[in-house]
Amino acid sequence: MALSHTWQQFLDETGDISRFTRRFFLQGFKPRYEIAELLRQCYIIGYKSLPLVGLTGFIMGLVLTMQLRPSLISYGAESELPAMVGIAIVREIGPVITALIFAGKIGSSIGAELGSMKVTEQIDAMEVSGTNPFKYLVVTRVLAATLMLPVLVILGDAISLYGSYLGVNIRGITSFSLFFQQVFDALSFSDFFPALIKSYFFGFAVGIIGCYKGFNSSKGTEGVGRSANSAVVVSSVLIFIIDLLAVQITDILGFN
Amino acid sequence: MTTAPIIEQRSIPVVSTDSVIEIEHLYKTFGDNTVLADFSLVLRKGENVAVLGKSGSGKSVLIKCIIGLMRADKGSIRLLGQDIDNLDHQELDEIRSRVGFLFQSNALYDSMTVRENLEFPLRRHWIKMTSAEQDAKVLEVLSNVGLAHAVDMMPAELSGGMRKRIALARTLILDPEIIFYDEPTTGLDPITGKGISKLIREMGEKYNTSALIISHDMNCIRMTADRIIMLIDGTCYAQGSYEELKLNNDPKVKQFFE
Ligand SMILES: Nc1ncnc2c1ncn2[C@@H]1O[C@H](COP(=O)(O)OP(=O)(O)OP(=O)(O)O)[C@@H](O)[C@H]1O
Ligand SMILES: [Mg+2]
Repeated sequence: MALSHTWQQFLDETGDISRFTRRFFLQGFKPRYEIAELLRQCYIIGYKSLPLVGLTGFIMGLVLTMQLRPSLISYGAESELPAMVGIAIVREIGPVITALIFAGKIGSSIGAELGSMKVTEQIDAMEVSGTNPFKYLVVTRVLAATLMLPVLVILGDAISLYGSYLGVNIRGITSFSLFFQQVFDALSFSDFFPALIKSYFFGFAVGIIGCYKGFNSSKGTEGVGRSANSAVVVSSVLIFIIDLLAVQITDILGFN
Repeated sequence: MTTAPIIEQRSIPVVSTDSVIEIEHLYKTFGDNTVLADFSLVLRKGENVAVLGKSGSGKSVLIKCIIGLMRADKGSIRLLGQDIDNLDHQELDEIRSRVGFLFQSNALYDSMTVRENLEFPLRRHWIKMTSAEQDAKVLEVLSNVGLAHAVDMMPAELSGGMRKRIALARTLILDPEIIFYDEPTTGLDPITGKGISKLIREMGEKYNTSALIISHDMNCIRMTADRIIMLIDGTCYAQGSYEELKLNNDPKVKQFFE
């Protein structure tokens, strides 16, 4: 009984999110376009998460390098270290870690911001001020999240590789140019391209879930907290699901 | 919306042409919670009407239906001569630019300064104004509520009473013909509340607006309203001036005056 109730809730919510997404596509590309607000959101969303993405990326690259070295030494393949780390970061760790950080930082802030706007009637006030709140608030944030996450992933990858370069140099000496030459020799278009495409989907998921949770926040301040919290949980899970689908699709398309 | 049978139309009160809001037989339910059941109301030009009702009686729902933020289940609403159920987005925006709405929770935009809050409706309704004219208008409404010095502050830096007055200024900025006040004095101390009531009265006289005031604060209602409508059990239970209702012996009416 309890289980079926949970299932029903899950299915209800999935349906609601799909409808919300449909509404995004129906309204998002019709005038009037909120260009100024979109640019403002791109700036806020990108700029706010950059320090965190940079820091985690740097540590990730450094730690990964130091962890991989002993195993590679035991195989006698220490010289493959830059190539291994490069592939791991660009294909999987960069996009997923960045997206998870993004979900924690941006998903929650969108959920909380729209949630508190909802409960304090700011969304209603917008509507009576001749503004479509769905376009002004939701469409701009979802687009900004979709456009900015890939940029953050690229920057995060770069910082991560720099961390890895430092990691290599803790126990050995490799020049900057040699390190990056080894990394880029190992990488091909088929490593880079699918990772970039899935970043767009990660960004879209974080944006749409954050907005959905905020826009449908229940009354009261605890409703706002709940929106922010479940925005992070749901979008994080969704990132892994998209990752799983992405690897299947790239496999089928032969990008391997 | 089902069209009323011809027989019923005769029972609709004949309304004078100068009415700005006409609500007839309005119904609204949420699940099995019936909030409005056969509610009717007429607001004439220049008149201040208060709707009095207990917490949760559906006062906020009523004005959200009038302004088109919620859809009623049944009944008709005419706002400034137009049936709001039949309006498309553009027409609805056009009519909303002629009314003001003071929200129960003020609804000031947290991320904007006071100035940006006030400019928002001006810019969004495509009101043609140079930025100098906008500035002048912002300062005019702010000095009306006595807060010209707060123009560059953020809403979070204001006290509750100041926020209410800024929200009132934002409501006035489009020179509305009708203003909806959703509990303008709730949550304020009696003195500040009295100040707000006085402002509502003054602004109504200065700009010759009609107002629909939602409240359960007797002092506010007595100061601002020409006529009181009691919203009890989802319907217009009784109406009249303050003095008339005070003499009413019905226990449901009497409890508001104790
Ligand atoms: N969006 C909604 N969904 C479901 N029920 C709602 C919704 N909005 C209002 N209600 C219900 O409608 C009823 C009336 O609510 P409303 O906000 O109009 O009360 P009110 O008269 O304004 O009270 P208060 O004086 O406390 O503001 C309440 O029982 C409330 O639970
Ligand atoms: Mg209310």
